[in-house]
Amino acid sequence: MTEPSTPPLAQRVHGPAGRAVTDPPGLPGRELPGLDPAWSRVVVAPDAEGTPRHWHVLDTGPLLHERGEQVVATLLCVHGNPTWSYLWREVLTQAPPGWRVVAVDQLGMGWSERTAEPRTLPQRVDDLDALAATLGLHGAGPVALLAHDWGGPVGLGWALRHVPDLLAVVLTNTAVHQPAGSAPPAVIRLARAPGLLAQVCRRTPLFVRATTALSVPPLPRRVRAAYAAPYATPGRRAAVADFVADIPFEDDHPSRAALDAVADGLGALADVPALLVWGPRDPVFGQRYLDDMLRRLPHADVQRYPGASHLVLEDRPQGVGVVWRWLEQRLGRGPGTGGDGPGARRVVPEDPVGDVARVPVRVDVTRPDQVAVVEMGAGRRSVTFAELAARVEDVARGLAARGVRTGDRVAVLVPPGIELTTLVYALWRLGAVVVVADAGLGLGRLGTALRSAGPRHVVGIGTALALAAATRVPGQRLRVEPGGAELDALADEGRTAYPDLPEEGALGGDADGAVLFTSGATGPPKGVVYTRERLGAQVALLRDTFGLGLGDALVAAFAPFALYGPALGLTGVVPDMDVTAPHTLTAAALADAVDAVGATAVFAAPAALRNVVATAGELDGHRRTVLAGPRLVLSAGAPVPVALLRQVQELLPAARTHTPYGMTEALPVTTLDPTTLGPADDAGVCVGGPVPGVTVGIVPLDADGTPAEDLVTDSGVLGEIVVRGPHVKHRYDRLWTFQEASDRPRGWHRTGDVGHLDGQGRLWVEGRLAHVLSTPAGPVTPYAVEERLRDLPGVADVAVVGVGPTGTQQVVVVVVPTRRGGPLARLTGAPRGPRVLAPAELSDAVRAAAAVPVAAVLLRDWLPVDVRHASKVDRGELARWAAGVLHGRPLRERLADVVRDRPPRTRSR
Amino acid sequence: MSPPTDGAGQRVLVTGASGMLGAAVADLLAGRGWDVTVMQRRPAGGRHREVLGDVRDKDAVERAVAGQDAVVHLAAKVDVVGPWMDFVRVNATGTRHVVEAVRRAGAGRLVQVSSPSVAHTGRSLAGAGAGPASPMRARGSYARTKAAAELFALMADSPADGLVVTAVRPHLVWGPGDTQLVGRIAERARQGRLALVGPGTALVDTTYVDNAAEAVVAALERIEDARGEAFVVTNGEPRPVGELVAAICRAVGAPPPRLHVPRAVTWGLGAAVEGAVAISERVDRLPTITQPPLTRFLAEQLSTAHWFDQRRTREVLGWQPRVSIDEGLERLAGHARR
Repeated sequence: MTEPSTPPLAQRVHGPAGRAVTDPPGLPGRELPGLDPAWSRVVVAPDAEGTPRHWHVLDTGPLLHERGEQVVATLLCVHGNPTWSYLWREVLTQAPPGWRVVAVDQLGMGWSERTAEPRTLPQRVDDLDALAATLGLHGAGPVALLAHDWGGPVGLGWALRHVPDLLAVVLTNTAVHQPAGSAPPAVIRLARAPGLLAQVCRRTPLFVRATTALSVPPLPRRVRAAYAAPYATPGRRAAVADFVADIPFEDDHPSRAALDAVADGLGALADVPALLVWGPRDPVFGQRYLDDMLRRLPHADVQRYPGASHLVLEDRPQGVGVVWRWLEQRLGRGPGTGGDGPGARRVVPEDPVGDVARVPVRVDVTRPDQVAVVEMGAGRRSVTFAELAARVEDVARGLAARGVRTGDRVAVLVPPGIELTTLVYALWRLGAVVVVADAGLGLGRLGTALRSAGPRHVVGIGTALALAAATRVPGQRLRVEPGGAELDALADEGRTAYPDLPEEGALGGDADGAVLFTSGATGPPKGVVYTRERLGAQVALLRDTFGLGLGDALVAAFAPFALYGPALGLTGVVPDMDVTAPHTLTAAALADAVDAVGATAVFAAPAALRNVVATAGELDGHRRTVLAGPRLVLSAGAPVPVALLRQVQELLPAARTHTPYGMTEALPVTTLDPTTLGPADDAGVCVGGPVPGVTVGIVPLDADGTPAEDLVTDSGVLGEIVVRGPHVKHRYDRLWTFQEASDRPRGWHRTGDVGHLDGQGRLWVEGRLAHVLSTPAGPVTPYAVEERLRDLPGVADVAVVGVGPTGTQQVVVVVVPTRRGGPLARLTGAPRGPRVLAPAELSDAVRAAAAVPVAAVLLRDWLPVDVRHASKVDRGELARWAAGVLHGRPLRERLADVVRDRPPRTRSR
Repeated sequence: MSPPTDGAGQRVLVTGASGMLGAAVADLLAGRGWDVTVMQRRPAGGRHREVLGDVRDKDAVERAVAGQDAVVHLAAKVDVVGPWMDFVRVNATGTRHVVEAVRRAGAGRLVQVSSPSVAHTGRSLAGAGAGPASPMRARGSYARTKAAAELFALMADSPADGLVVTAVRPHLVWGPGDTQLVGRIAERARQGRLALVGPGTALVDTTYVDNAAEAVVAALERIEDARGEAFVVTNGEPRPVGELVAAICRAVGAPPPRLHVPRAVTWGLGAAVEGAVAISERVDRLPTITQPPLTRFLAEQLSTAHWFDQRRTREVLGWQPRVSIDEGLERLAGHARR
């Protein structure tokens, strides 16, 4: 390492008025919040033209040297415009042992020397390269890049020259390319407007101030002042304007070639691990620049912070820890790395797919003339497997002609039926990634979900496209209505243009195949990515678990599995109903659908089954007879009461009624016909044994209710349920932290559910991990206690929540009595004043039956339920309410409750 | 963790043994082989060797402590009202006398019986640990002077002086023969004057007297592990205060409270009552109010949650409450029927 030299600061005056460099390069004049003065140093290095320049850099190297610490790797941090190395102060603060962090102030920026002439992008890359050489960064062990804003192209320009030494690249809200067909950021266009540039950027500190005003939540005033500190005078701000002017929007811009070279060069980073940390609420480098970057670095891990803005590491300070955790893993250090070598990408230790034969996600044409899909209803339509396969091919070419490419994400917003099936298989044929969100998410969350996936195209019915526009979902629009007219046109286009499609065998199994969304009962919905191989494995699991095969036909009143019919050569029939509203399925519509294809299986949501039972009276003799055909009823998505299944069996006497247990990230995990169960003696709900090819493990909970790291398969141990199988999600989409947290041990999926295995290897689910109470006597699962209390006299409904700090929580039982409260109670949910305490007889009975110590028994008129499911008790909300009642709260909070505590649209029972 | 030592004939002085808890501690110690001497102001007529004296009297304390192997200090002024200086003299100065005497006599071990209120600043406490005693921020004369007392005691813990000190803070001790909590509730309820502050839903911890006594003895017998630290002791079964008061009323055969006074009203009333008490103390011709119906401190205690994290206490003292609240209530009922 070259020793820093600090020669007398030359006071030089260059150039025309307004660019006067009267302020010497140097160190921040005063202490700034979060910045350790010991990091600051002035380094002299030649610039692109060989002129010696004074740079201000933050560098932990000298401190490491002083402490005698060996440098294991170096992180070079490059800021953008108009910030300075202050942006990285937390990165320096949190640097793990062995990491030298160097954060530079680019020339003309921060506390570095002001130059007479503007620096262009190619010059800046050379400048940085020479500085890095002076600092001894080259050929001295692994280096990593962390860059922001226009520091991205500069930093990447440097990184591309040192790929062999490059450990990793971390990019935050930056860009290397203006995506085609989209306007440059409005903010930049404004700043670039003739006559405004100088005013906005140089003569006034508006641009400097505006940048730090973007943060959500707002930055403290002292921090904003620190960002502005080196840009106090117009002379010191010259480079701020130069930087804006250097953005090559125009083809003949002097920096254009250099930027394109960086953008095109990113292919060289295919083997360099990359992390993108993004704030999509950035008016400059928002979501579409993330999408663009991901097309260039498809292997990158992504941590997207919804709601965060331009200075993403200021808005989400936890992101700094994420960057370090990720970098440590690249070095093969840190938790959960299992000692991967430097630069190793995350690998699953064993092939979880095992022996399960995967089914390719394409139409099975073994029986070409059989009916593949039937749509019931007034204008009954159907297609054969041969027709479907041919149409898939044509539509795939049509889509290709419209610009859909292999690897593109395509949001599909089309109701189930022939068109949806055709589209999905056509997209898979193309190698595109199908993005599917459930209308049940509700408008706002649907938009949030789709935006987070950043689709390149949106295919949907008219109303869905309007919705996508209203919620600012990006992507090229393509309208497709049921009935097929638009697809006909697309298929014609495909036949005429006849573009090349990828060879079927050329599409790798580990390429992404689909993005689905969790229901997101808490927090925003999470995207779940399935590779093509994992989709195929899921198809195979369904086939093997339920013995489905050629000759079977299924009624698809439940979307998720129905799409897989064509891949298995199964005939699918969509009954005459609104498939997005399960409760619209009538017994007659079901019978007609069964009759149409001689269905052997029925897939239906619990709400659909409930309505089928409710409308069974309308069935005539023939329809009743027809319902004796199906041998399997499959229902999932919400708890299905055994009583309902018995009623279903009365209607469909030949059918087993299976209720697979699983989640968006892994489905199915186990399955069971609950009507075959004897009286339960274990705690929780039995969901059966793992389906073939799936392994279930339990991660025991410690005294605080926190799951440990190691899993067990012993019976009777309570813990978080973890799952391994060929069809488990590949990853969470653009949510690296969630992925890290859920993928433990590596290759297993943490479900967030708790439960235990019994002596027969069956799984018992005891609720959500987040709802486990951590009492002084150990973890308590609410389900188990609730089951013991449900049948007490006077109890209509019951929920168990905890109050108090983790580890010493007290059990509180909330009872909805059979005799409800008065009108006021109905409005607010709970009796006011002392009547919220259960009468002595009831609380005594509850304490006697609960089998755990109960601190209090409270009464409510109804239980709050979560918005999404309208069936699951919102335990978080209930716990907050109980804590308020039992702990006393400030008046302000109680007033807020009166406003908020109004009945939800749907109440329990 | 060192094994618990039982008495084996060692000499222990128990101050304030005329109270319910003090008497229980003295009996328990004697039962475990300790040679017990009790000290209080008036003859109590118990079965233990008795020294009469007041902790305000330094010499009397010195005489009582001389020759002891250990001291359990319970004597305190626990009223809710009274002249500030009375609290200072008994609780703060009295404890200093005990600490000094123990140090001089080389008695070696001191268990200071304190109160969770020394760390209670008026906010709700839910699953709280034993916070630092704060004479500045604790509420009311009793709590402030007890906070000072606990600090005096714990500061004296010093291996160099051969002095080992711990502090135990039992919370709301009750049981048969209790004149403070149970006695007042029963009396007021019978007079029809018992009112609950607010809705009575605040979750409060209490301690059945036998459990508290066992915890104090455990602290003495494991004092090497417990030294220099304060431990809140409760039954670990918090209950809504309204439910608890009603249960006590049922147990002693008194009518349960029907009256609920809003929090704000009780606060105002409490302030007024305190004013009246202060006047009665200063104006010679007026009778001094010693049993006021309400103070702000009491209003606060009855309307905010205070329950505690017992894990550390149980781990260090190697102690578990043996009598549950339900069983304690049955014993209370049995005692009331006699």
